[in-house]
Amino acid sequence: MPEEKKNLSTRRDFLKTSGVAAGALIGGGLIGGLVGYNVNDNKSATTPKGTSPSDHTQHANAGFQFFKNNRDFEVLSNATERIFPKDDLGPGAIELGVPYFIDRQLAGQYGSNSKEYMHGPFAVGAPTQGYQSRLTRADVFKQGIEKLEEEANKRFDNGFSSLEPEQMDEILTAFSKDEVKMSGTTAAFFFRMLRSATLEGAYSDPMYSGNNNMDGWRMKGFPGHQMSYIAVIEKEEFQKIEPKSLGSM
Amino acid sequence: MATTLPKVDVVVVGLGWTGGIIAAECAKAGLKVLGLERGEARNTEDYLKVHDEYRYAVRYELMQNLSKETITIRNHRKMPALPMRQLSSFLLGEGLGGSGTHWNGHSWRFLPYDFQIKTMTDEKYGPNKLSKDYLLQDWGVTYDELEPYFYKYEQTLGISGEDTNPFWGKRAQPFPTPPMKKTPILKKFESATKKMGYNPFMLPSANLSEPYTNPDGAAINSCQYCGFCERFGCEYGAKSSPEITVIPTAEKTNNFEMRFRSNVVEVIKNGNKVSGVKYLDTLSGEEFIQEAEVVVLSSYVMNNAKLLMVSNIGEQYNPDTGRGTLGKNYCYQILPGATGYFDEQMNTFMGAGALGMTIDDFNGDNFDHSDLNFIHGGSISITQTGSRPIETNPIPRDTPTWGAEFKKNSIHNFTRTLGIGTQGASMPHKENFLSLDSTYKDAYGLPLLQMTYNFTEQDRALHKYITEVTQNIMKEMGAKTVEGKNPITDYDIVGYQTTHNTGGTIMGASPDNSVVNTYLQHWDAENLFVVGAGNFPHNGGYNPTGTVGALAYKSAEGIIKYSKSGGSLV
Repeated sequence: MPEEKKNLSTRRDFLKTSGVAAGALIGGGLIGGLVGYNVNDNKSATTPKGTSPSDHTQHANAGFQFFKNNRDFEVLSNATERIFPKDDLGPGAIELGVPYFIDRQLAGQYGSNSKEYMHGPFAVGAPTQGYQSRLTRADVFKQGIEKLEEEANKRFDNGFSSLEPEQMDEILTAFSKDEVKMSGTTAAFFFRMLRSATLEGAYSDPMYSGNNNMDGWRMKGFPGHQMSYIAVIEKEEFQKIEPKSLGSM
Repeated sequence: MATTLPKVDVVVVGLGWTGGIIAAECAKAGLKVLGLERGEARNTEDYLKVHDEYRYAVRYELMQNLSKETITIRNHRKMPALPMRQLSSFLLGEGLGGSGTHWNGHSWRFLPYDFQIKTMTDEKYGPNKLSKDYLLQDWGVTYDELEPYFYKYEQTLGISGEDTNPFWGKRAQPFPTPPMKKTPILKKFESATKKMGYNPFMLPSANLSEPYTNPDGAAINSCQYCGFCERFGCEYGAKSSPEITVIPTAEKTNNFEMRFRSNVVEVIKNGNKVSGVKYLDTLSGEEFIQEAEVVVLSSYVMNNAKLLMVSNIGEQYNPDTGRGTLGKNYCYQILPGATGYFDEQMNTFMGAGALGMTIDDFNGDNFDHSDLNFIHGGSISITQTGSRPIETNPIPRDTPTWGAEFKKNSIHNFTRTLGIGTQGASMPHKENFLSLDSTYKDAYGLPLLQMTYNFTEQDRALHKYITEVTQNIMKEMGAKTVEGKNPITDYDIVGYQTTHNTGGTIMGASPDNSVVNTYLQHWDAENLFVVGAGNFPHNGGYNPTGTVGALAYKSAEGIIKYSKSGGSLV
C-alpha cells in the first residue's frame, strides 16, 4: 500500500534525522511502529561490554506509566519533536527522552492536578482568571492527543505520526491558534501545556527521564547542579562547565 | 467538639519572618510562645538536593497546596469571581520559614516618602495630583521612628550592602556585612547608569557576602553564588531565613513551642478582646481551641485578612460607601523593565537571588512629577539571580515560540540576554480590595478570600514611563536589541509577576482608616496583633520584606509592653 510505504519512509527519514544508529533499526522498533524508543535496548545489546549510565536510564525508562498504546505515545513523541526538533545544535525532544518525561508526569501529581484547586462550580471565566477547566492535565493530554490524530485524519487522511513534518506543523499551528475544538478545554490551552511540558522534559534533571545524558543542558550551556560559582563569578570570560546532575552528587 | 488547651502567653499563627521575629522577641522577654504552622517543619538539611528547577521552580514544591485553600479573583465588581486554580502570578508559601525560605533576599527600607506619602504629595503637588479614587494615606509612623527597627531586622539577618545611595533614608549604622561581589554583568549596569548621570549602588542582600553571627548568636554562612535562590531553600544556610535565625533563637529560650500541620480556622473574639484561636490538626482532623493572652496573626497577606473576616473581627470595607477598613487598600507591585540581547556570552547561569545593582533616581519622589500623570516610581535594578533553562528561553518578539527557530534562538540567547527590572510602587484604589467569596470554599468549609483587583491609570502611566528609562539604560549597556516590557492593561493572574501582595489589614493613626495601629495592634481587640505586608497602606518601590521585618520588630516591642500593662499602645 502506498500509504504504508510512505509511512515507513517517513519513519526511516525521521530515524535518520534523529541520528539513531542504523544497526538499531534492524532489530528495533521500526516494524513494531515505535520510533526509536526500543533503540537503546538494542544498543545495549549490541554494545560490546558494560552500559553507560545513560543507557541504563533509557533502559529503565522504556515502559509506560500513563500511556497504554504505542500510537498515542508516538503522536505525543512526534508533536514534541516538532516543538523541539533535532538540529545541528543537538538532539530534539525524542532523543532527549521528553515523551517518557511526559508519560511519567501525567501518571503522577502533575497529571492529576493534586496540588490545585479542582472544586466546582466550573465556569469559563475571563482569560485574566486563568485555568478554569474541570479537566486534569491527564484528561487534557489524552483528549489533545486524540484530537491531533483526528485532525490528521481529517486534513490529510492519515495518522498524525505518518505525516510529513510540515503537515504536523500545520496541525500544531491550528491548535496553537485555537482553531480546533476541544471539549472542556481549548486547543490553545492544550498546546501551551504541551509546549511547556516539552521544554520541561528537555531541561529538567535527568532523573525525571528527560534531558537524556544532560544533552539539553549541554546544548544550552547550563551546567546543571553545581555546588558553587564563588571562584569564577567575577571572571569576564564565559565559563564552559561540564554539567552535573543531582544523581551525580 | 473542640478540645480546649491550656492558655499560653502568646500564640503566633504562621511561622515565616513575622511569626519568627515575634516569637523570638517575646520568648527572649520571658513570655511563653506557641507557634502554630499549617505546613511542615523544614531546615537546611532538607535543601541538600534542592538544585532541581523542575520540582522547586516549576512545580512549586515549597508553596501552598491550593487543593486545600486558594483565593478567588476578579478584575472588577461586575465580574463573577473564580478560583485561582493554579499558582502563577504570585507564589504563596507554606511550612516553617514561609516565604522567607524561598525568597531571593532583596532587603530594603521603604523611603521616608512612603511613610508620609499623602502629606508629602499634597504638600508638593497639591491635593488633586491623583483623583479621590486613590485612597492614599500616611502610615502613622515616620521613617525616623522606624529606623532602629530596620536596623534590628538587618542585624538579625546580617544584610550585606553599602550605604552609598543618596536617595534613601539616613542610616544610623552601616550594613552588618559588606556588599556582595560586583560581577561583570553588574558592572555593565554600573558604568551605563553612571554615564547617564544616575547613582548605582549594590543591592542590599540577605545572601551574605561573608560568614556572620547575629546578635542572638545565630550563624549565617557565606553565599556561594550557585544560582538557586528564588523558589528554593539554601543548602548552605547562606540566605537568611527564619529557620536558621529567629526560629532557633526562640527555641534556645525554652519558652517556645511549635506545632506543625496545625491550621487555624478562627480567632475567637469576646467583647473587645480575643481569647485564643481554633485550629485543626490536619493529620487527625481533630479540632482544638488554643487559649492565649495575646494572639498574633503572622501568616501571609491573604490569610491574615481572611482569618479576620471569617472571625468577624473589624468592619469589612465597602467600596460603595467607603466605610469599613478590613480588606481595603489591597495593592500589588508594578514591574516595568527591559530585555537586552547581546552578542557576547555571559555567565548568566551563575548568581544569587539578591546579587544586583540598583538606581533609586526614579523611585519615590526622587524625581519631579509636576509634569507627569502619576506619583511615585520604583527602584530600577539589574539582578544576576542565575538563569535556569526550563524557565529562561529568551527570544526576540518576532521569533516563533516553538519549532526549529525557537530552539535555535532560545539556546543562543540563554547566555546572551540580560534584563533590567523595576519594583514599581502600587497605589491603593477604591475598587481594589479583599473580601470573602460567597461561592467557593476551602477544605475546612470556610469561604475563600476574594480578590478584586485591576491595574489603574496611575499604574499604567508609571509602567510606561519607567519602562522607557530601563530601555535607555539597556541601550547604554550595549545590547544589540532592546525590548521594553509590553504596556500593562488588565491584571492577569496567569504568568508569574511577583509575590509582593500588600494591604487589606492596613496600619494607621486612626481606626477610621486603618485596621491596626502603629504597633499592629487591632483597633477592635487590644490583645490581637496582625503583622505582615498586609499592614502597608500602599506598596512602595522596593521589595517589601525589609519593611515587614522592621514593623514586626516594632510590633514585638508593643506585644511585650502590652503583656505587662495591657490597654491600647497608642
